[in-house]
Amino acid sequence: MSTTVVETHRPIWRRLIGFNLLTGIVFGVVGYYIGWFIGHHITGASVAYFSGIDQNDISVTLGYLLGVGGFLIGLGFGVYPWARIRGYPPSLREKETQGASRYFGLCTDHKVVGIQYMIGIGLFFFIGGLNAMLIRVELLRPASQVFPAGQYLTLVGMHGTMMMGIMTSAILGPFANYFVPLMIGARRMAFPRIESLTFWLLMAAGAILTTTIFFGGFPTGWTGYEPLNSQANTGMDSYLVFFALVGISMCLLGLNMLATIITMRAPGLTWSRLPIFCWGVVSTAILNLLAAPVLIAVLGMAVFDRTVQTTFFNPQGGGSPYLYQNLFWVFGHPEVYILALPGMGIVLEILPVFARKPLWGYRLAVSGLLGVTLLSWLVWQHHLFVSGINSDLRPFYMLSTELISIPTGFTFLCGLMTLWRGQIRFSVPLLFSLAWFFNFLIGGLSGVFLSDVPSDVTTHGSFFSMAHFHYTIMGGLVFAFFAAIYFWAPKMFGYTLNERLGKIHFWVMFISFNSTFAPLFAIGFLGQPRRTVTYAQHLQFLNDWVSISAFILGGSMLIFLYNFVYSLLFARIRAPQNPWSSVSLEWQLPTPVPLHNFDRIPVITGEPYGYGSPGIAAIPAAGPAGGSA
Amino acid sequence: MSSQPRSVEGGPAHGRRFLTAWLVLSLILSPLVAIYLGPAIPPGNGSVEATGQVFDNEVLVTFATPICIFVVLFLLYAVFSFRSRTVEIVDGPPVRGDSRIQIAWMVVTTVAVLALAAFGSYELLVDGAGGGQGPNAAFLPAGHSQAMDVQVIGQQWEFTYRYPTLGGLETPHLMLPANTLIRLHVTSLDAIHSFWAYQLGVKADANPGTDNIVYVTTKGPRSFDIHCAELCGLWHGYMFDTGQVVEQSAFTAWAKQQQTYFAPVAKYLPAYSTTYLPDPQRRAG
Repeated sequence: MSTTVVETHRPIWRRLIGFNLLTGIVFGVVGYYIGWFIGHHITGASVAYFSGIDQNDISVTLGYLLGVGGFLIGLGFGVYPWARIRGYPPSLREKETQGASRYFGLCTDHKVVGIQYMIGIGLFFFIGGLNAMLIRVELLRPASQVFPAGQYLTLVGMHGTMMMGIMTSAILGPFANYFVPLMIGARRMAFPRIESLTFWLLMAAGAILTTTIFFGGFPTGWTGYEPLNSQANTGMDSYLVFFALVGISMCLLGLNMLATIITMRAPGLTWSRLPIFCWGVVSTAILNLLAAPVLIAVLGMAVFDRTVQTTFFNPQGGGSPYLYQNLFWVFGHPEVYILALPGMGIVLEILPVFARKPLWGYRLAVSGLLGVTLLSWLVWQHHLFVSGINSDLRPFYMLSTELISIPTGFTFLCGLMTLWRGQIRFSVPLLFSLAWFFNFLIGGLSGVFLSDVPSDVTTHGSFFSMAHFHYTIMGGLVFAFFAAIYFWAPKMFGYTLNERLGKIHFWVMFISFNSTFAPLFAIGFLGQPRRTVTYAQHLQFLNDWVSISAFILGGSMLIFLYNFVYSLLFARIRAPQNPWSSVSLEWQLPTPVPLHNFDRIPVITGEPYGYGSPGIAAIPAAGPAGGSA
Repeated sequence: MSSQPRSVEGGPAHGRRFLTAWLVLSLILSPLVAIYLGPAIPPGNGSVEATGQVFDNEVLVTFATPICIFVVLFLLYAVFSFRSRTVEIVDGPPVRGDSRIQIAWMVVTTVAVLALAAFGSYELLVDGAGGGQGPNAAFLPAGHSQAMDVQVIGQQWEFTYRYPTLGGLETPHLMLPANTLIRLHVTSLDAIHSFWAYQLGVKADANPGTDNIVYVTTKGPRSFDIHCAELCGLWHGYMFDTGQVVEQSAFTAWAKQQQTYFAPVAKYLPAYSTTYLPDPQRRAG
C-alpha cells in the first residue's frame, strides 16, 4: 500500500513540471487568450475595442470558459479520462502521492481536499472581508468620499458575491469532505475525482470574480438583476461565469456528499444512528444538488442575453425581468439555507461533546433539518413582496416563510435541551456554538419582521434586511465555521490551537459582531437603503459606530489568523488523539489520520452520542484505524 | 411544559425555577416593550398605511420579546447552573428526549406562527399596507374607485411623476393632496428601481413594462423622503428626493402653476400610458 516517494528526491525545478497548480495557471492563461481570440474572430473588429478596455462580451466569456478548461487540464483532470480511453484499468493513483505537492494539484484523498478547501475558502473569505472593510470606510461619511460611485458598487458586488458564492461551501468543503468519510466509516468519498474538481472549480471561479476589476467591475450587487445586468459592461461577465462555476461546483459537491452518505455508510450505521452533522450535510446536499442547476440555467440565459442578443429578460423583446428574479430566487432562497443548515449540524454535533450528554431529541433535530430543507423551496417570492408580481399569493408566502420557524425551532429546542442538566465544559468550540444560538435567534426574529408584509414594506431592501441576513449567515455560518475549526483542527492538523488566543478571538468577534450588526437594524428602520454610496446626515453617528465596530470585527479575524499560523507553524504542540474525549467515530482514529482511514471498516452497534451510559458504547472502541471491528 | 422531569439525583427543580423566572420577566418586559418601544418603531404616522405598519411592528416586537427572553435566559441559566466543576470529565445524565416537551414545543410554535401569519395577512389585505401589489390585485382598499391616480416613472437615475387627471402633466417632484386615497402607478423605463416614500410607508418596485399599483391614504400636510430602494446602476446612491403632502387648495394651485410652467414641453411628451417601452439598450456603468 505504501508508495515510494520519488518526487522528493528530484530538484525543485524538476518537481514544478507536471500536472499541478502552476501548469494549471499557465494553461488557464493560454486558454483564456485562445477563447478571447476565437471570440474576436467570431464577432469581427466592429465591437472590439473602446478606450483600451475589452468590451467584447463574447470574447471575454469564451476566454473565461476556455481558461477554466485549460486550468483543469493543467491540473491533470484530463489524465484519468484519457487513460481510460486508452484502455487502462480504473485506479485512484493520484491518492498515493505524498508530501506537500499534493496540496497543489489534483488529489483524490478526501483529507487533502478538506484542507485545500479550508485554505482556499479562507483566502477568498479574506478578500471578501477586505471588501467589507472598504465599504465601511466609504460609509464613514454621508457623502461619497473615498471611492467613486462605480467602484463602490463593485466593492459591494464583490463582497456579496464572494461571500454568497465561495462561502456556500464553507462547511461542506473543508469539514464535510474531511469528516463525513471518517464519521460514516468509509475510506474515501464516493467520487474522489469529482471531489477534487469541486474544489478547483471554486478556486477558478474565485479568481475569475477577482478579475472583474480589470473589466471595470459590475454594478448589480450579488443578485445580478436584469435588465441592469444586460446594460453593464464586461465586468458583468466575470460575475456570470463566476456564479455559474460556483453552481457547478455546488451541484457536484452535493451529489458527491449524497452518494457517499447513502451508499458508503459502515455496517450498522443506520439512518437513525447517523451523526447529526451528517444529517446537516445531507439536507444541505439535497439543496445543493437541486437548487444549483436553476442558478446555472438562469445565468446561462443571462449570458445569452448579453452575448447573442436573446431577450429572455428584456421586456422590449417580449422577455420579462420578473423571470430573472423568479428563477434567481428559486435558487437564492434554498441557497441561504445551504449556508445556514450546515451550521445547525455543526452546533448540534458540538454541544453533546461539551455538555457530556447525548443529543436531546435526535429525531426531532433530524426532522427540523429536513423540514427546513423542504420548506425552503416554498418561500422564494418573499424576496419579491413589493415587486408587484403575484401579489395575491403574498399571504401564502408570508405563511410559508413563517412556517420555517417551526423546524428551526426544533434545532433550538434540541440544542438547548442538550445543555440542560449537562456537565458543561467551556471550550472555544462550545463558546462559538452558544453564540450561534444567540445570533441565529436575533436573525430569526428579525426574519419574522421581514416575512410580515406590512412590516416588510419599510424594511425591504433597507439596512434592516442586510442586518438580518448578516445575523443568520455571518452569525450562523461563520460562527459555526470557527466552532468547527477549533473543534476539529487537532484532528485535521495534528496540533492544538492556542486556547487563550481562541477565547480572546471569540469574545472580540462576538462583541464586535453584535456591535456591528445590531445598530444596522435601527439604521434600516430609520430609512437607509442598501447599496447606496450616500446616506442621510442624521444617520452618520450610527454609521460611524458600525464602521468602527466592523474594523474591530475585521481585526478579530487577524487574531484568529495569528493563532492559526502561530499554533500550527511555530508552537506545534502535538494534539492528543481525542482531546475532547468525544465518543464519535472520527476521534477514535489516530492523528494524523492514516491514508486509508480504516484498516478494517468498523461495525456500528449503538446509538450516537453515548455519553453518560457506559453500558451502550455508541461506537465500538475502535483501535487505531478501526481495527477492533 | 411545566412538567419537566426532576433530575435523577433529585437536585433542585431547575425546570420550574427557569419557567417561573421566564414568566415573570416576560410579564414585566413585554408590556414595557409594547408601550414604550413599539410605537417608536418607524415609519411613523405619515399615512394610514404607515400607521398600520407601526402597529404591525408593535405587535411583532411584543411577540418577539418573550421568545428572546426564553432563549437568552435559558442559555444563561444553563451556562451558570450546569457548568462542570470537576477536573476530570464527568458525563451528564443520558437523557435522549422527552416527548411531552417536544409536543408542547411543536404546539406552541405552530399556534404562534399560524396566529402571526393570519394577523399579517389580515393587515395586508385590508389596505395593501403600502406595498406594491401589481396591476390587478384581488384585494383592494375600500373606496378604491374614487382614488386619485398618480404615476411614478423610475429611470436612471431619477423619479418623475405624471398626473393623468391633470392632462398627463409630468413633474420632477412629487406633490400629493392631503387626506386623499392615492393610487400610485409605479413603472420604469430602464432597470428595476424601487419607489420608497419613507414617511408614507410606501414601497413598490418599478419594473420596465409593468404597472405596479400601490395605494396610500395621505394624512395632514408634511414632507417625506423618497429613495430608490433597488440597486439600479451607477448613481443609485444619488436617487433621492423630497416629496410634499399639501392641502387640497394648495395642491390645485400648484397643479395649475405646473401646467403653465411645463406647457411649452407638454406636447413633446408621449401620451399617458400605464407602461412605456424602455429606451433602446444602453451601456451604462
